[in-house]
Amino acid sequence: MQSLKVIPIALVACFLLAACEKTAPPAPNDADLLDGPIEGLTTDQQKRFLNGDIAFNDEVFSAATGLGPVFVATSCGTCHAGDGKGHPFTSLTRFGQRDETGNQFLHLGGPQLQHRALPGFSPEQLPTGATSSTLLPPANTGLGLLEIIPDAALLALADPDDADGDGISGRPNWVNLPNYLNPRPDAISQDGKYIGRFGKKAAVYDLLQQTVNAYNQDIGITSTFEPFDTYSGEPIDPEVSSQTIHDVVFYLRTLKAPIPREVDREAVSAGKMLFEQIGCAKCHVPVLTTGSSPIAPLAFREFYPYSDLLLHDMGPELDDGYTEGSAKTSEWRTPPLWGLGLSKNSQGGQYFLLHDGRAHSIEAAILLHGGEGSQSREAYGQLTPAEKNQLITFLESL
Amino acid sequence: MKRVFISGLLSGALLLCFQTAHAQTENGWLQRVEPAADSVPKKLNMDAVYDRPFLQLGKTPVALGGYVEANTAWFSEDGISEGLSFQLPRLTMFISSTITRQIKFLTEIEFEEGGREINIEFAALDIQFHPAFNLRGGILMNPIGAFNQNHDGPKWDFISRPVSATQMLPATWSNAGFGFYGKFYSGAWTFGYEAYLSNGFDDSIISNSENRTSLPAAKANPERFEESFNGQPLSTVKLSVRQQDIGEIGFSYMGGVFNQFQEDGLILDQKRSVHTWAVDWNATIPKLGTKITGEWAWINVDVPETFSQQFGDQQYGGFVDFVQPVLQRKILGWEKAVFSIACRLEYVDWNVGAFRETGGNIADDFKAVVPGVSFRPSAQTVLRLNYRYHWQRDILGNPPARTAGWQFGVSSYF
Repeated sequence: MQSLKVIPIALVACFLLAACEKTAPPAPNDADLLDGPIEGLTTDQQKRFLNGDIAFNDEVFSAATGLGPVFVATSCGTCHAGDGKGHPFTSLTRFGQRDETGNQFLHLGGPQLQHRALPGFSPEQLPTGATSSTLLPPANTGLGLLEIIPDAALLALADPDDADGDGISGRPNWVNLPNYLNPRPDAISQDGKYIGRFGKKAAVYDLLQQTVNAYNQDIGITSTFEPFDTYSGEPIDPEVSSQTIHDVVFYLRTLKAPIPREVDREAVSAGKMLFEQIGCAKCHVPVLTTGSSPIAPLAFREFYPYSDLLLHDMGPELDDGYTEGSAKTSEWRTPPLWGLGLSKNSQGGQYFLLHDGRAHSIEAAILLHGGEGSQSREAYGQLTPAEKNQLITFLESL
Repeated sequence: MKRVFISGLLSGALLLCFQTAHAQTENGWLQRVEPAADSVPKKLNMDAVYDRPFLQLGKTPVALGGYVEANTAWFSEDGISEGLSFQLPRLTMFISSTITRQIKFLTEIEFEEGGREINIEFAALDIQFHPAFNLRGGILMNPIGAFNQNHDGPKWDFISRPVSATQMLPATWSNAGFGFYGKFYSGAWTFGYEAYLSNGFDDSIISNSENRTSLPAAKANPERFEESFNGQPLSTVKLSVRQQDIGEIGFSYMGGVFNQFQEDGLILDQKRSVHTWAVDWNATIPKLGTKITGEWAWINVDVPETFSQQFGDQQYGGFVDFVQPVLQRKILGWEKAVFSIACRLEYVDWNVGAFRETGGNIADDFKAVVPGVSFRPSAQTVLRLNYRYHWQRDILGNPPARTAGWQFGVSSYF
């Protein structure tokens, strides 16, 4: 009979198996994550999202699959952990352009430095005399919404000559399109150039260009869109398929927008009011609206990026002496603030803010605002410690 | 039941097992032959390849054996589960032959993932010149750590293989090569050595789809059984000592040039080396009967400074298993059944060091705790139930992915 004691043990084991879900780690709150698709995708769109997710986060390039031979990173996901902001380890360096007349160092490997190389190869070196800037990868979330803001809406936010006298100008970066891009139906052009909206200098027109550039300049992967090898400069066979490129673009387009957290908290509400009072919202525009899109959940939607996607002069404090497109060296595109509070979760537990990660706290980032941001910086300095805390609490809730 | 008494101990090889063992059952012309229990205190981990039950083909010098594992698992990572799955991770067959009294052959052929992979994990000819001096040639399992040579499923009380042994060290890691081994005895002490030269690693250990330095990545190159990737042998050396009342400890090294530094007389790169050190142990606490088994390894890889720090130049990690028999008697008709509770602790740091850009710690690490129970109706068969919880951080040290789940499985020699 004693041997029958194993039966209760077996029953306990079965019970534990049945209780699997109770013994598993809980899912994080959706608002605490930056990855995941926008709500409302159809099943076929979910499948495309999944294909892009795999290509973006799981596909790692090696020498055997086309990496490099000079490169910055080995995969898309390397630079965008959890689809969040990057870390100084994943930063890249652009060089060679001092003004809006163009890059004078394209023949020496510009505009991007591939500072890593496969064994047996030498990485690129910064050419003597080349101006440069270090840039941290941005978060990927909500890019599909930013992509389809009508040009007219962005131009309505622009005030290039500061006609209203508030000290904030804001202008689009007019850029040339590569041959493989077609402008959107509602695109507005100026002298054959179009409004850029991605990248630290807003020099990239859309997510297809961003994706093609990243494969080529960051990983050293050629495609039908960008067939030139970054090492030899010669056209070579595509190392990534056009389908994969399109899948990744779809993935980026349909990543959800960050979900604000603790919106009912008193400090968050108070901080939001202060944010507007001291003028931050003049550039970090809270609400924008999308235009048409074949992806229904993206179309004609109000969303909250806290950006105007325009260039602003940030003064000598943030002037690295390098630029892109028609931007000046001191001009930077207003970075969206959504997801700011989750940045540490993709940056190894600490903040690396501003274009090169030089600010290790939100307050440090505010205090480094110059130029058009100097008024708000000074207004921030006039706040009481409690008010500063409220403002930062609000920013961390985004 | 027919008993075959020990006729020799020192060779420790398969057919010597037949000579030192007893046959338990007969079924026509097949005889089940199991390792003799009284030789266990003298055995070392290096004997594992022969320390298996076999079915002997009548009076022929050929014997067959093998083992199978079948599992089911339910896991969830950060609240997302892929559901319940069933797997047959491996079916392994052994064939051995005594050619003469001092020349023997054994091969181990493994079918993994339902037959998707078929690997010759071991196929070596052993020639004994002296009990302390044996020549081995063929496909051998490099004796780095303990698990690589002693990996049979039925011997372990845990379903998953240790991550440090299979995803940091490359178990099961076999190569074509030659070498020597032997054992010496002095009272309660047993000493063993192994020294082999074999084919080895390749460039894939620092350029692979794992996005980290990965010695196991080189297993994807089947040509290592045909020719060396770079003409430079991989050296593997192990020294072991066992005190029969305490246990065994082993120290091992494996290293060599891994990259293709030249081809057709053209210099492609400088020679780059990989060095691996390991210490392994197994012991049984007297009176309590608690078995403690584990290994810890360190890896150094010459990664070019101009390559990405994504691929670390140092790794370390290991595991330790605690197995406590709590019931040893007749259970449900099985005469010598054993019921045990067990716990495994694991840790791996795939990228030891600091970022050049910030000076901050490079993470890319893993830790796991695996409590479980096992039931052995006989020494050759084990039923296991494990709960597994592990944490894995990316290279930047972001909040870890947390995975937990239940595994149930059976494994048995046949």
